[in-house]
Amino acid sequence: MGRDRSECAVRCVLLTALGLLLCCPVALSSMGEAHPGGYTEPGGSHGGNETNDHQSGFHIVSFHWEHVQSPYVIALWILVASLAKIVFHLSEKVTSVVPESALLIVLGLILGGIVWAADRAASFTLTPTVFFFYLLPPIVLDAGYFMPNRHFFGNIGTILMYAVIGTVWNAATTGLSLYGIFKSGIMGTVNASLLEFLLFGSLIAAVDPVAVLAVFEEVHVNEGLFIIVFGESLLNDAVTVVLYNVFKSFVAVGAGNIEGLDYFKGIVSFFVVSLGGTAIGIIFAFVLSLVTRFTKHVRVIEPGFVFVFSYLSYLTAEMLSLSAILAITFCGICCQKYVKANLCEQSITTVRYVMKMLASGAETIIFMFLGISAVNTTIWRWDTAFILLTLVFISVYRVIGVVIQTWILNHYRVVQLEIIDQVVMSYGGLRGAVAFALAVLLNDTMPTKELFVSTTIIVVYFTVIFQGLTIKPLVNWLKVKRSSQREPLLNEKLHGRAFDHILSAIEDISGQIGHNYLRDKWTNFDRKYLSKVMMRKSAQISRDKILSVFRELNLKDAISYVSEGERRGSLAFIRSSSDVNVDFTGPRHSVVDSSVSAVLRESTSEVCLDMQAVENRVKSVKDREETVTHHMLQQHLYKPRQRYKLNYSRHKLIRNEDEKQDKEIFQRTMKKRLENFKPTKLGANYNTKFRNMKKERAAKKKHSDAVPNGRLPTHTVAFHIDKDSDVEDNYDTSDGGISFLITAPIEESDETRTGINNPSFSTEEDQSVYQMIPPWMSNEETVVPSQRARLQIPRSPNNFRRLTPLQLSNRSIDSFLLADISDEHPLSFLPESSM
Amino acid sequence: MGSYSSHVSKIEDLQGIIQETGFSKAHVCRLYDRFEGLDQNKAGQLSREDFQRIGELAVNPLGDRIINAFFPDGNQTLDFRSFIRILACFRPVTVDKSAGPNSPEPINSRSNKLRFAFQLYDQDRDGKISRDELFQVLRMMLEAQVTDDQLDSITDRTIQEADLDGDGAISFEEFRKSLENVNLEHKMSIRFLQ
Repeated sequence: MGRDRSECAVRCVLLTALGLLLCCPVALSSMGEAHPGGYTEPGGSHGGNETNDHQSGFHIVSFHWEHVQSPYVIALWILVASLAKIVFHLSEKVTSVVPESALLIVLGLILGGIVWAADRAASFTLTPTVFFFYLLPPIVLDAGYFMPNRHFFGNIGTILMYAVIGTVWNAATTGLSLYGIFKSGIMGTVNASLLEFLLFGSLIAAVDPVAVLAVFEEVHVNEGLFIIVFGESLLNDAVTVVLYNVFKSFVAVGAGNIEGLDYFKGIVSFFVVSLGGTAIGIIFAFVLSLVTRFTKHVRVIEPGFVFVFSYLSYLTAEMLSLSAILAITFCGICCQKYVKANLCEQSITTVRYVMKMLASGAETIIFMFLGISAVNTTIWRWDTAFILLTLVFISVYRVIGVVIQTWILNHYRVVQLEIIDQVVMSYGGLRGAVAFALAVLLNDTMPTKELFVSTTIIVVYFTVIFQGLTIKPLVNWLKVKRSSQREPLLNEKLHGRAFDHILSAIEDISGQIGHNYLRDKWTNFDRKYLSKVMMRKSAQISRDKILSVFRELNLKDAISYVSEGERRGSLAFIRSSSDVNVDFTGPRHSVVDSSVSAVLRESTSEVCLDMQAVENRVKSVKDREETVTHHMLQQHLYKPRQRYKLNYSRHKLIRNEDEKQDKEIFQRTMKKRLENFKPTKLGANYNTKFRNMKKERAAKKKHSDAVPNGRLPTHTVAFHIDKDSDVEDNYDTSDGGISFLITAPIEESDETRTGINNPSFSTEEDQSVYQMIPPWMSNEETVVPSQRARLQIPRSPNNFRRLTPLQLSNRSIDSFLLADISDEHPLSFLPESSM
Repeated sequence: MGSYSSHVSKIEDLQGIIQETGFSKAHVCRLYDRFEGLDQNKAGQLSREDFQRIGELAVNPLGDRIINAFFPDGNQTLDFRSFIRILACFRPVTVDKSAGPNSPEPINSRSNKLRFAFQLYDQDRDGKISRDELFQVLRMMLEAQVTDDQLDSITDRTIQEADLDGDGAISFEEFRKSLENVNLEHKMSIRFLQ
């Protein structure tokens, strides 16, 4: 298989590179001529070069082309594909109109044409081996690994329905209809049996994930629809392959020799193959998760495990003739959570990028191959009637299938699939490389193979290029009804955003869609057993999401926490939290700069977002201020949870921009809840006390103003924890867990020398406080209130002392200043520290 | 989806709820499920804490305001009837032909949706969004790096824009006017609450 692969790659890349670079075409293309069809030994194919080398004695420098040939051409081939992508994306306009997949096919056609013109030989066909062993796995793994699990499993019923029933329906109807037409005699030249038509139907039935994703990525369909079509196209490949294999073996046996039992076996094999593949994937995912638990000391090769195990799952399933696609998909789906929890931040990033790179590269190559392999006179057998009928049937039956299934599903779905969704689904039924590879994989002995192959090529081209081109305008046309382009008023913008927030809150309150019971069960099971086995101890503590952390830290904990503080004699740690410039996000923002200039500086980076607003308004100078206001709103309003966001893109890594925002809001909310909580639970007693405290502070403030050497606050305590905190925290602080970075200016040392106790800034004590954090607080960096408080919570007599002498220290002056400021603007909490 | 018969008996005055809110029976049952799910101590009533336990609300800038909106008039608990009544406000507007001109305003009307939003701003319930109230909401909705000065200017402008009678505050009527062109039916409706 390695031989096959290198062979194909050799020829095609070579010749492509030739075509592209237009250099020495004759010399190299002669190699292509040497083996137009079959797979010959590399040595044999380049006999000319080789014999020359060997005959002419000792050479100081010799030309060993055949020595490096295979890897060399593979590399060249990848280079060409990548370069092509660069070229396409030079023009935004082209890529926004024409899907990349279509461009690549066309490019492939052109390259193939050039090569063909140069040496009059079929250059290359995409071989099933290369496709199934090297190009498909990264794509499917990528899809699985980045699968939005929640949505996927939330819609699993729908997805399975479309994938299984839909595919069977498509295969059967297309095959049978073609057979019917054939029987009626309209198709003249074709001569095939019913089984062969069904075989063709099954290979042409599957909607291809590669093609669909390539297009859907660019058409912005809503999340639910996206996951449905995406899931469908992933799973139906498996269905297709099974169907295909069943029919293929039927054809091989011959229609006459099939008994009733064989049909039954076929059905059984379907379930065995698909469920077996899934099981293999899950097993490998668990082993992988388990292994990553122990990679702490081999960080460098950590990411490799993910790829090796996934690939092994694919090969194992293939070996057992189970569905390899399902295996690797589920391997990705199941391992993602644990892998993300176990690996360190850098490794996760590496995995993400490498996976994207491989998938994107593989996809690029596939489409290019699809173009190139069409330029081959030996595979073509044109039958207009057959091709047209196939096109008509697959489109019509897809529509009918979608409509019927949707009608059934809508009885059970909470979110109905509307007409527009159905149109997109029907129209998004693109066929791709899977169909082509399966067609090529047909037995050479089959008389109709060429016809099937060429028809498949046409179908793929038609769906990818024509439907791909038109689906975007279609969606836009269906969706529009957009009101006239008018710059929204300030009020509209503002309240509109508020509505978005309200809506998403109501959505959360009224509960998400379906299957909650099962999901809860699973979550429990996962927490109780799976995570315990497969996650590192530290990772178990830091569950990966803010939200689950939050659930643990519910208000009860906060209450006990506050009252603990109260019991110790001071609530000041909440109020005075702004006396330390605590930075939770990392070293980057350790100096908080909220000046206008900073805001403006930042906003320039994204000016294009609001270009229209700027343009519209820049005309009149008077309006400039208003422009700034609008701009600022645009820039700084919190984004609502996006309801129509694609969670998946093969070519882009979607950085989770929301994370920062979530964190910020979370801080605010928690802080506020804690504050709100105090007056209600602690009663009037607290209030008077607090008032007293305030007075005292005011007095202090005055007093401290008189202190001559009052210094300005210069301390910045950056409290940074590795993102996603691969918290080796208590276990191993050397491993990038939590570290306290205290940047204390020189005065600090002065102070300690002069004996003034400045508690907030002493490293050891901070550490000791930190160690004493109760487990529910040490979850993650996102539990900000707790961390904020960590620095100051009075936990021991020692710490208690720390808070009282605060008033003696110079530093406290600033803290009171700040505290007073925040008292005056109670709602502008965290104005300076939470960036 | 599935059989709801087990719930139906538990819900008081199911018909009345359907009548009032316009939800289908299945939806009422589903929401009842959700209600029970939120109700941690099985009291048949929700408390603020039950809401605060919803993690997503903690990262919603208006989350707590919205929670408060579920507890009007200083109530500390919320029964299912009130719960579903508030959610009904977010049902998509459907053209109901049977409704005559005299029939009462449906619960999910445009003006009810607006009123829900309005009361999030109007904390002191004087029927006006004062400058201060607007400022507070803005503070919640804008990133922390925006300074108070900038906020002040945004607040002033916003009020100026909407304030027709020049009293320095936004009344409900003015609020409605300023949002005349917004497709509220779309923006404030949730598909699965149909």
